[in-house]
Amino acid sequence: MYSTDYSSRKNIIIGVFLLVAIIFIIRLFYLQVINSSYKLSADNIVLRKVREYPPRGLIYDRYGNLMVFNEAAYDLMVIPRQMKDVDTSLICDITGIDKLTFEKKLTKAKRYSYYKPSTFMKQISKKDIGKIQEKLYQIPGLFIQTRTLRQYPYPIAGHLLGSIGEVNKREIEKDNFYKPGDYIGKSGIENYYEEYLRGKSGLKIVEVDVHNRLKGKYSNGKFDTIAVAGKDLFLGIDADLQLYGEQLMQNKKGSIVAIEPKTGELLALISSPGYNPNLLVGRERSENYSKLLKDTLIPLMNRATMGTYPPGSTFKMVNALVGLQDKTLNKFTEYGCKGQLSAPIKCTHDHKTPLNLSEAIEQSCNPYFWNTYKRILENPSYSSSHEGYEHWYENVTSFGFGEKFKTDIPFEVKGNMPDNKYFDKLYRGSWNALTVRSLSIGQGEILVTPIQLANLSAIIANRGYYYPPHLLTKMEGHDEVLNPYFTEKQITSIDPDNFDIVRTAMLDVFEAEYGTARWYKLDSIKQCGKTGTVQNPHGDDHSIFIAFAPMDNPQIAISVIVENSGFGSKWAAPIASLLIEKYLSGEPQRKALEKRMMDGNLLQGDNNNNQH
Amino acid sequence: MRNREKISGNIDWVTVMIYSILVFVGWLSIFTASAGEDVSTLLDLNTRYGKQLLWIGFAILLAGLILIIDAEFFSTFSYVFYLGLLLLLVGVLIFGSTVAGSKSWFRIGGFAIQPAEFAKFATALAMAKYLSALNVNMRALKTKVISMGILILPALLILLQNDTGSALVYFSFGIVLFREGFSGLLFIAVLMMATLFITTILFSETLVISVLAGIVFIILIFFKKYRKNWKPIFGIMVLSIAFVFSANYAFENVLPAHQKNRINVLLGIEQDLRGAGYNVNQSKIAIGSGGLTGKGFRNGVLTRYNFVPEQSTDFIFCTIGEEWGFLGVSVLILLFMTLLIRIILLAERQRSKFSRIYGYGVASILFFHFTINIGMTIGLAPVVGIPLPFLSYGGSSLWAFTLLLFIFLKQDANRLNVL
Repeated sequence: MYSTDYSSRKNIIIGVFLLVAIIFIIRLFYLQVINSSYKLSADNIVLRKVREYPPRGLIYDRYGNLMVFNEAAYDLMVIPRQMKDVDTSLICDITGIDKLTFEKKLTKAKRYSYYKPSTFMKQISKKDIGKIQEKLYQIPGLFIQTRTLRQYPYPIAGHLLGSIGEVNKREIEKDNFYKPGDYIGKSGIENYYEEYLRGKSGLKIVEVDVHNRLKGKYSNGKFDTIAVAGKDLFLGIDADLQLYGEQLMQNKKGSIVAIEPKTGELLALISSPGYNPNLLVGRERSENYSKLLKDTLIPLMNRATMGTYPPGSTFKMVNALVGLQDKTLNKFTEYGCKGQLSAPIKCTHDHKTPLNLSEAIEQSCNPYFWNTYKRILENPSYSSSHEGYEHWYENVTSFGFGEKFKTDIPFEVKGNMPDNKYFDKLYRGSWNALTVRSLSIGQGEILVTPIQLANLSAIIANRGYYYPPHLLTKMEGHDEVLNPYFTEKQITSIDPDNFDIVRTAMLDVFEAEYGTARWYKLDSIKQCGKTGTVQNPHGDDHSIFIAFAPMDNPQIAISVIVENSGFGSKWAAPIASLLIEKYLSGEPQRKALEKRMMDGNLLQGDNNNNQH
Repeated sequence: MRNREKISGNIDWVTVMIYSILVFVGWLSIFTASAGEDVSTLLDLNTRYGKQLLWIGFAILLAGLILIIDAEFFSTFSYVFYLGLLLLLVGVLIFGSTVAGSKSWFRIGGFAIQPAEFAKFATALAMAKYLSALNVNMRALKTKVISMGILILPALLILLQNDTGSALVYFSFGIVLFREGFSGLLFIAVLMMATLFITTILFSETLVISVLAGIVFIILIFFKKYRKNWKPIFGIMVLSIAFVFSANYAFENVLPAHQKNRINVLLGIEQDLRGAGYNVNQSKIAIGSGGLTGKGFRNGVLTRYNFVPEQSTDFIFCTIGEEWGFLGVSVLILLFMTLLIRIILLAERQRSKFSRIYGYGVASILFFHFTINIGMTIGLAPVVGIPLPFLSYGGSSLWAFTLLLFIFLKQDANRLNVL
């Protein structure tokens, strides 16, 4: 029997103990102090950033009628990490999607982020969300986020109000305010005043437990920010007038622009065919949008600001005013229009000859204005007709032609007002009044937009000045007009006195025996107007009418264009007159005329053509 | 009366102090993991912290009782304890109820007792009793077989309960055997087997065998003095190759799928964050997010909001890691180390061989639990559910560890009375 003392082995054993302890401490130092990714993962697991969406600013018309408001909608959000062992068939059942769609949506969410919430289903209605909410506690990883959708009490003014839609990648890159899934004004007022309408979103950081139940605020809400509602906007638009105009324009192509001459505020901005703005809201937006996009009548195009037309006879007043200002024309000037005198531009009307200025406007005599135009360009004060043209060009552009107004009007185009250089290039320097004679009656190279035409009417109403046509009148929280340019008086080169004869002549268009709009005279309102019939190389002539009223204290200036409808007096003039009556007296009395205008369908031909 | 005073004077108060601190820290962590926002009373028996408070009370009574009982009682009745526990381990297989897949609980009313926890101290007693016998020759084969038998019997019974973790604890008695004179070669062999096992799973049988053959080849070619020992070298090689094949076969075909998964995840072969790797990953995140100084008491959001499974039992270390940070866990590890080394030193000062061997048994069991439990929370050991001594929630484990430790303290207090 022998025994050995092994007590020194205790050192080996203690050594092993210490080795393990040292390994643990090194490992823990790595996990807790060196590697910070665990801290980050922990935040991702426990903290949920909940964005508080501010209500978007509301939009009112000039009388405070609500044009755009918000309605709650619900997004179903998903956090893929928490979606384990979930009852797929329950989810499919409450959301009404099939298994395949479920997998697809989940895969998409996973591709975005495994830890961060992403949208699972968008814009669920109040009715459907109830059913989902009831069962939601059984499904970890899903939660509801409240959003707002735009709604429109009047189904009108889609073009000018514009619409909101989800931000795209480019918009996110441009402005870090936006996160994927946010909404942004895509067009119209919604786009132009986006930074005011959107408000400021808030961020709430909350802690959740493993079952995704809310446990409380993170750090007592120290890092939370509060959502600030968007600013409400007030537009100069008269919603009733806009609605009435859209009704008058139904089944017709064209546009109506109405301006308050004293302020430049747009009372109505109509493009027809239009669309119900409620179509471009919510889940149906993209489907409806592509439908509208494919429509051959181009309802998405805002003809009032993007359509360009030769102004036709309505431009005769401009030439008359330039002539009066230059003193190459006065109210006693007479030109004949028969035989030789009718060359090179024929008179299209049958009337006495010669005519004076007032009669020429009233009856829209082409040769009279050719002669007027010739005298302006060949004015002996200038060395050549080129110089005369340059002078004419300066006068005409002071009316705002050939330029954008650059206010808050959506998608504006310039139109076209050719200058000297253009003709020098076109005719290699050799041209004169005769070469560019079409301009005398508003044809040829001149192209104007309906809004420029309405502005012309406002200038005549104001006797020589205008305010840039604009939509916004007031914004919540701003006492002054947001953009001072909107209230900057723009004075034309024509003296106020020179307008008197033109205005009287325009009154005669309604009130004189041979006036081209004499059928639409009103006893109660002194209307001034001018017809135009624009030759259209692609089809039937366009009917144009500009007007303002009442003559002595103009409240409304208007331009109406009805495409392919022939003479201005047939469609455009009565529509303009009805709008004036509506605006000034509240309710048009001429029900038969109103019904004829509303029922008139000028699209049938188009539809037939489209079918070929 | 005089006698009792003497005993209290001989008790190692350092160990008692560390024990108390660990139990208290454990209770704090259970409190933070299981308490809601409002706590009305600490002794709320519907909560885990309330129950644990009750278990701690009983544990203190138990410790006091052990200190009063005659020290000879435990050495005398060692085998009785051992056999009694073996019977209970058999009994639980027949009458026990299953919790979390393990059939290892006796249900009595609202409470459940886990005999496997108590089998540890009984085995330590039996081992000490056997090896301290005067006629035992450590070199004899018989001694080796019987001492191995004492370990393997309870380990097998516990394995049958499907409680792998508790069965593995009996490996720790290797330390006791080593101290008492078992050959160190045995431990080197175990280490080698473990290395071969891990490399086989990580790489492939062919690669491991090629490397082995390469090593043998190099030894025989370049080290002339070993050439004459070619027979044992070849023998080791053949055994190793046989082990590699059988280990691989066992891993692929014998091991239950969940065990295999855990090992795969541990070795980094699989990254199954939603399955077997979930616990460990969540646990690492919780500990890692604690940083240097931790988030503070009751501020460990991951552990408080149940992101770490088994949080007040096997993963209690996470709570400490998250709330007290690197500094806190370092202090905890130092406390454990102090306790373990203290027990070794106390064991070494025993006059009685029984007390010394038992002391080593205590240190070994505690060390094994410490290593595997903390190791699994920080991704260094496979997830086998065994508690962290004195800290984890649970009456059985707390009482068993208290018994284990205080029997030794009693032996130590009584050491001067041993001739």
